Amino acid sequence: MTRIRIPPTLREEVGGAREVPAEGETVRELLDDLMAQFPSLRRQLVEDDEIAPFVNVYVEGEDVRTREGLDTEVRPGSTVILLPAMAGG
Amino acid sequence: MVSYRDLLAQAKAEIDEVDAVRAKDLIESGDPVIVDVREQDEWDEGHIGGAVHVPRGHLESRIEAAAPDRTRPVLIYCAVGNRSAFAAKTLLELGYVEPVSLAGGFTDWKRNGFPVELSAGLDARKRARYSRHLLIPEVGEQGQLKLLDSKILLIGAGGLGSPASLYLAAAGVGRLGIVDADVVDESNLQRQIVHSTERLGEPKVDSARRTIEALNPDVEVVAYKERLTSENVDRILADGWDVIVDGADNFPTRYLVNDASVWHDIPVVHGSIYRFEGQVTVFKPGEGPCYRCLFPSPPPPELAPSCAEGGVLGVLPGIIGSLQASEALKLALGIGEPLIGRLMLFDALNAEFSDVSIRRDPECPVCGEHPTITEYIDYVEFCAGTREPA
Repeated sequence: MTRIRIPPTLREEVGGAREVPAEGETVRELLDDLMAQFPSLRRQLVEDDEIAPFVNVYVEGEDVRTREGLDTEVRPGSTVILLPAMAGG
Repeated sequence: MVSYRDLLAQAKAEIDEVDAVRAKDLIESGDPVIVDVREQDEWDEGHIGGAVHVPRGHLESRIEAAAPDRTRPVLIYCAVGNRSAFAAKTLLELGYVEPVSLAGGFTDWKRNGFPVELSAGLDARKRARYSRHLLIPEVGEQGQLKLLDSKILLIGAGGLGSPASLYLAAAGVGRLGIVDADVVDESNLQRQIVHSTERLGEPKVDSARRTIEALNPDVEVVAYKERLTSENVDRILADGWDVIVDGADNFPTRYLVNDASVWHDIPVVHGSIYRFEGQVTVFKPGEGPCYRCLFPSPPPPELAPSCAEGGVLGVLPGIIGSLQASEALKLALGIGEPLIGRLMLFDALNAEFSDVSIRRDPECPVCGEHPTITEYIDYVEFCAGTREPA
């Protein structure tokens, strides 16, 4: 089980939780499990079966795009952060 | 009992001295740290170019900051070569390997017709105002002069622009540009501290200008009472800015600022806020990622969250905007480790800072090896009716 940190802009989709537990050994599996729990997250996270260009996923502080993308391995206990673009100023 | 003459003779016997001609050779070939140990008024009347000013009374406490490498030669001078002889002896005691004193001092230097740098130095009033900066070795008089000569452009005089503009003005940044088309609204005042209740309805750039000029008359405010667009961005950036502080409240402006800053080669201190959380980073063209390396394109309008809808804790922009001011000052001074390649996240509810690393994307459509975006894109307005910078 991994805890995924949910950014403030997406919290309403997950009932206000700051972190949500999900199962999976890769980013893909983890996001699939998350989106199965909260289907309205899909359009916020995925575009054409890839991570949407306005969202970043970090595993242990590294952008998964600079690793193996959706196939990046996630070890149990890793910190996973979803980070959508935020414009407020 | 020893007299002054005895002490001086003793000091001179222990140290190395050079005359003005050899001092000039040393400066040209040896890369010494040049230290002027005279008093402030003497320094103001002219000094050797490239010298650092460490009055002899502060020598022991300040020399390590001015000359951290004890193996590097140090050329010390005063008016005629006596105070510098004592100073050189002190440096020997502190473990400096090659302190040399300029025999004949600055007087002899001038008599030889060698170049003298007139102090564009701070006058007494500025020295008082910025005294807490002058005491920091990393800033000092040269740093303060740099700040007074620097030009920083703020995008938005809203939540982030308020604290950023106040601290940059207080720090003595010589020219502050402010781009904002809005007027002060009652809902702004919960966080936009550069404005005030009596300014309701006043254009934000005018309100900000009044506050800044009251705070620090050394600052010249350049007000752009317009919304940043593809039509005006080149004109505004061409006014010559060292740093941009991005405190916009919408994606079209964020992407416009990014693309323009890459093409104009100006670093951007980026900040954004939502509810209890904020982000800060520095996008420096050529050295680190740009906004599009991080987020290649904006979200579709229906997914873009806006502060006007989501709200924001009033003090949050105070924290994030102050961090932006701090990064902007570091860039203007050329000191420290700017937040390049790191995105700092702040969570006020958990009182927690964290950061993630962000990298330059070789495939980036703007700053990558084969850019596909070469002209400005006007994205669809996201927050219709909520245009004010949050």
